Amino acid sequence: MSGSAALPQVLIAGNPNCGKSTLFNALSGGSAHVGNYPGVTVDRTSARLRLGEQELELVDVPGMYSLTASSPEEQLAVNALTEADTRAVICVVDATTLQRGLYLALQLIESGVSVVIALNMMDSAERIGLRIDTERLSQLFGSPVIPVVATKRRGLDALLAALDEALEPDSGGKKANVTYPPELEADVAKLVPVVAQWRSGTAPSQLRVVALWCLLSLGEDSLRGVPDDVRKAVHGIREAAIAQGRNLDLEIISSRYVWLDDALGQACSARDPRPSWSERIDRVLTHPIVGLVIFAVVMLGIFEALFAGAEPLISAIESLTGFMQAQAAAILPPGVFQDLVVEGIIAGVGNVIVFAPQILMLFLFIGFLEDSGYLARVAFVIDRVMRGVGLHGKAFVPLLSGFACAIPAVMATRTIERRRDRLVTMLALPLMSCSARLPVYILVVGTVFAGQSLGWFSAGAVALFSMYTLSVLVTLAAAAVIRRTVLPGPAPTFVLEMPPYRWPSAPILWLNAWRRLRIFLVDAGTIILAMTILLWALLSFPKSADVTEHYTAERARVEQMAGSDLEKAEALRSIDSQEAADQLANSLGGRFGHAIEPAIRPIGFDWQIGVGIIGAFAAREVFISTLGVVFGIGEADEENTPLRQALRDARHADGTPVMTPLSGVSLMIFFLLACQCMSTIAVVRRESGSWKWPVFLFSYMTVLAYIASFAVYQGGQLLGFG
Amino acid sequence: MRPSLADLPLGQHAEIASIDCERRLSRRLMEMGLLPGTRVRVVRVAPLGDPIELRVRNYSLSLRRAEAAKIAVSPEEAV
Repeated sequence: MSGSAALPQVLIAGNPNCGKSTLFNALSGGSAHVGNYPGVTVDRTSARLRLGEQELELVDVPGMYSLTASSPEEQLAVNALTEADTRAVICVVDATTLQRGLYLALQLIESGVSVVIALNMMDSAERIGLRIDTERLSQLFGSPVIPVVATKRRGLDALLAALDEALEPDSGGKKANVTYPPELEADVAKLVPVVAQWRSGTAPSQLRVVALWCLLSLGEDSLRGVPDDVRKAVHGIREAAIAQGRNLDLEIISSRYVWLDDALGQACSARDPRPSWSERIDRVLTHPIVGLVIFAVVMLGIFEALFAGAEPLISAIESLTGFMQAQAAAILPPGVFQDLVVEGIIAGVGNVIVFAPQILMLFLFIGFLEDSGYLARVAFVIDRVMRGVGLHGKAFVPLLSGFACAIPAVMATRTIERRRDRLVTMLALPLMSCSARLPVYILVVGTVFAGQSLGWFSAGAVALFSMYTLSVLVTLAAAAVIRRTVLPGPAPTFVLEMPPYRWPSAPILWLNAWRRLRIFLVDAGTIILAMTILLWALLSFPKSADVTEHYTAERARVEQMAGSDLEKAEALRSIDSQEAADQLANSLGGRFGHAIEPAIRPIGFDWQIGVGIIGAFAAREVFISTLGVVFGIGEADEENTPLRQALRDARHADGTPVMTPLSGVSLMIFFLLACQCMSTIAVVRRESGSWKWPVFLFSYMTVLAYIASFAVYQGGQLLGFG
Repeated sequence: MRPSLADLPLGQHAEIASIDCERRLSRRLMEMGLLPGTRVRVVRVAPLGDPIELRVRNYSLSLRRAEAAKIAVSPEEAV
């Protein structure tokens, strides 16, 4: 951002769903820089724009209905507006919902900045029978009004010409001027001197606008940088107004709408528009029965794509990573550096890009649902269910995606508008039983429940079904608890616009999905890579010279032995596996596994499972390959028979078996509830904007997992299972 | 007592009389164009009975019943 900070800024602002981002992409040609607004976790999308001789920075401001703000996230639009580099604003207005869009345009004009109004979707407006006199509108607002169709790139030249003119100082004539009631003007006059001290650089004519903004925004807010004396003055004025039975908010807002209604009366045909085909689609899509069926089918489709559709791509990435590791191992001389490259760096990069297919798919889906207008209907249909646990209807798609993988699911929470609702959702959804837990369940079930049955069902199937049911219940319960304790506040309101159905543009869907992926690769990717290397070091060092010496001697002994080459190779491979197991036992991670044994013994685990749990922090399924090494088996997957046998044969110091049906259930519950996934940590760090939330997430899930496993194991033993 | 938006039968036009709820929500609703005197109509109810969808100022807005109950309306005479 530093390089472009000096460029003059042009903001693109508008209501949600007005086609603002489409226009931004049309003007910038798809090249954009995605950064972050300072202090809030909101993407700042910007691009360079050449306009004649001038180079400008075009900034896509998040969708909003008003400049009124009560949170730092809403405040950033006002901040961007008052930045010294801001020269003009393109206010995008959906021509089919003119009044609401122009309400924002009116505030922008009042704020004193140069405004160009882009009247988007003029084709749709004409189709539903709206006639808009843009000349007249332009006169009334004192700002150019340019009809455009952003999706078809119509009207862009006229828009840029108007922008060029707007950038000239004092370009406009008489600006729109709302008449406020005299008693309100008196209140504003009282506030202006206080505001003048705060905004000493502001032109006197604009202080009135700042005062209005303060009257409407302040009180029960979490805005930053507003001095106490301004707050006190606003509070005093509001109290006095309430005592007189006046409603300041209503006075300000209705004065603006009165002005707007009058202006639109002059510039638009009053003809009642025909019901659009959007209404007709809605009759089907939100129908009590058909609507629910379609809803279920769409959600299943997303689920299927994330779960099964991404699988071949994920396997391909994993094979590629394996291939690269083999190549690096062949080229580099054996030793610590080779291990670092193979097991640290290449594995780490693999750990990052393995998420790419699911992230791309989910964001293509969400983009399609959002741009088509169906996402709002998803929230509409399912809100009743989500409300029960204090969540917003828009939390449904992220939660569902959590069954596949928490990483794209956490990223998907950004469709939820309010920060608090978003945080509750991203802190609860890692409890959904993701696909990486499945191999662990399968290994455990295959080890302890092989061939057993419960009534008509196999014990394994019952165990698996229980895990998935439990995960849904625990996720919803966690959301409800977090909402009431850690993130208390007013229940989420559900004031959601149902935009008309529109056919999304494929290039924009790709562009947005790709931008999301790039943010993940860069921001979360670096954390995942660093953690992979750290984990590798933890499980590799220190190297024991004694162990190396012992196995070097063993190898020499085998070489000397009589026997076929095949037998020797077999013996050597077994020695390699044994050595790896001993080195791992000696490593920091191995010693840590030993050290925590007293703590995990009460939940039915021994030190070897402890080491597996540490290794599984890279990703849950790594539990299995780590156990393969721990037991001296070498490479292993969840179907590996020797590994299952080794687990069955494992004994505690007192000779009792480690893996019983009871400790198996305890292990599955631990994996279900614990946050054994560094990538989740990394992505929550990115999406919440601080380390506080991932640390909280990891802590509460670990504690919850331990307590649940403890209760199951100890309770089970008391009841005589075990 | 005046009927609220939540009581309004499907398809019936009404005029908003007053909005009486917590400030953040009432401000949001007013800024989205729901002001005393504005014409509204309930066009749809979600399959599970809540939320409801309104038609106001030529766009569609959905609200939970609990929120709609805080908006008093005067129904227009059937024509």
